[in-house]
Amino acid sequence: MSDLMVAIVGKYNYWLCIILMMIGLYAMIAKKNLIKKLVGMNIFQTSIILFYVSIGCKEGATIPILEHRADHSVLVDAAHYINPLPHVLMLTAIVVSVSTFGVALALVLKVYRKHKTLEEDEILMQLRSE
Amino acid sequence: MIDHYPVLIVILPLLFAFVVSGAAWIRESLCFPLTVIGMGLSAFFSVRLLGQVATTGLVEYRLGGWETPWGIGYHVDYLNGLVVTVVTVLAFINLIATRKNVEQETPEKAGAFYSLYLLFIVGLTGILLTGDLFNLYVLLEVASLTSYALIGMGSGRAPMASLNYLFMGTMGGCFYLLGVGYLYIMTGSLNMVDVATLLPQLFNSSAIVMAFIFCMVGVGIKMAFFPLHMWLPNAYGFAPTASASLIAPLMTKVMVYVLIRLILTVFSVDFAFVVLKMGDPMVWLSSLAIVAGAVFALAQKNLKRMFCYIVVSEIGYMMGGVWLGNNAGMTGAILHILNDAIMTLCLFLCAGTIFYRTGGLDLDRLKGLFQKMPVTMACFVTVALSVIGVPPTCGFFSKWYLISGGLQAGQYGFVAALLFSSLVNVILFFRVIEISYYGDFEDHHGHGSSPEAVMEAPASMLVPLLIVSVGLIVVGLYTGGIVNHLINPILMKQGF
Repeated sequence: MSDLMVAIVGKYNYWLCIILMMIGLYAMIAKKNLIKKLVGMNIFQTSIILFYVSIGCKEGATIPILEHRADHSVLVDAAHYINPLPHVLMLTAIVVSVSTFGVALALVLKVYRKHKTLEEDEILMQLRSE
Repeated sequence: MIDHYPVLIVILPLLFAFVVSGAAWIRESLCFPLTVIGMGLSAFFSVRLLGQVATTGLVEYRLGGWETPWGIGYHVDYLNGLVVTVVTVLAFINLIATRKNVEQETPEKAGAFYSLYLLFIVGLTGILLTGDLFNLYVLLEVASLTSYALIGMGSGRAPMASLNYLFMGTMGGCFYLLGVGYLYIMTGSLNMVDVATLLPQLFNSSAIVMAFIFCMVGVGIKMAFFPLHMWLPNAYGFAPTASASLIAPLMTKVMVYVLIRLILTVFSVDFAFVVLKMGDPMVWLSSLAIVAGAVFALAQKNLKRMFCYIVVSEIGYMMGGVWLGNNAGMTGAILHILNDAIMTLCLFLCAGTIFYRTGGLDLDRLKGLFQKMPVTMACFVTVALSVIGVPPTCGFFSKWYLISGGLQAGQYGFVAALLFSSLVNVILFFRVIEISYYGDFEDHHGHGSSPEAVMEAPASMLVPLLIVSVGLIVVGLYTGGIVNHLINPILMKQGF
């Protein structure tokens, strides 16, 4: 039992990502409304972004900005600073997710203009009757 | 200048994409020539790059001069040198061939269409040239986003099909990103060559196994590998002609390249075949993909949708060839990337040309086309023979390598699936040829096409189509050279 608790508490960031990812996946698969599906997709992407952000963190470390000092002899210890690389990668991933969302909304708008509804089952019914 | 070929292939279409969207504000008629220039330069530089790779074996390029494990490096060897040349040259031919289709189907949107066209090429060439795992993800999404938009430009059911593709494609991209995240946690690096040197000590780690599986699932969704293919037929079937004939031949082939690159360069052959023992199940799944694609294709009543299921089936060929894990299978898979790109382009160009004149692609509307459009149908027969696998055409040679690879590996199920799909292709294409050769031409009222209007397509469409059809035979005749000079050196390096 205690092993399980350690596995959950010690790695809570991963568990949160998994939970968020499953919420997103559920919304994408089970929801009928196209906008809800889109929100699910966004949650799914956000969970991966949070996953990356959390792996860059270190306990007791600070943001990776070096103070200007007159002498450059002081050694910089990497353990004192969080790893900025995953965070920088996620800036790009956020841009990707925003633009995906934008393209998706434009497509939803086009679907809505044609079918006058956003419910997927109603759209499918209209398509079958064509 | 000569040092900068790799980056010019990617940057020039990007610059021209902005120029084209700006020029659309001034004059719509400027867009097409500008796109031709941008695309032509990109194709020119990739041919030159292939020449450079053929003599030196490897071209490294460091973006911004940063050393590779820290900066992003382009890493061009025979494999991506070959595929990038195929992609840019075919995209250039398709651009010339589909000009009239764009005018007919998406009028007033030339600026948007052509800048998306160039951005799509930026994505694909970037995926092909980059040596960085995260950079690959970003360019993968660039290519995917532009393809959603290109497909969504169609009328009727296209936006809905594109939206479904977007949901699936985004999931695929996310899975790939997650896999890269696992790799980054374990190795602390994103450079493919660097990761490959760090991985062998970690082969027993379950995180690496998960990274591999996530990457495979992500790439599998994007390439429409059989159980994950649901988005493809609708997306490509309802897309505007020019988009379909751009995306269908290139996107899936580039994703097969990504798979081969991940196995050969990043995870290494030992990991995929010896540590994980994924070979057998994946070959069986590929055989299933081939059979399922063929059977679904038989059930279609529309020419374009039939081609879409043939694409699904051909993905099975390449996946099976990769997972056979021997020299002949891998050679067949890489050769089939090249051959299938040309064949699919030719199929979709035929469909586009017929659609331009008849306004419909249902099989029963193709009656009597041999009399009306003899040149187009001659090209159609050539590509049909190639897809079936009749000797002088290129389709025969890659199928030959795949079958001999299957026999060497003892995968008789895969060989049987290949032969079955060839037989089904015979039925599929001869049914179309029979309808269009022996059927009498029927007038379809209400579609604006009287018998007089249906005639041979204009030369601007026929010449590219003829070039591609001749290309099928020329590539077939030069198979030996391509295999010996370009494909074998890649495989030798990996110990096949």
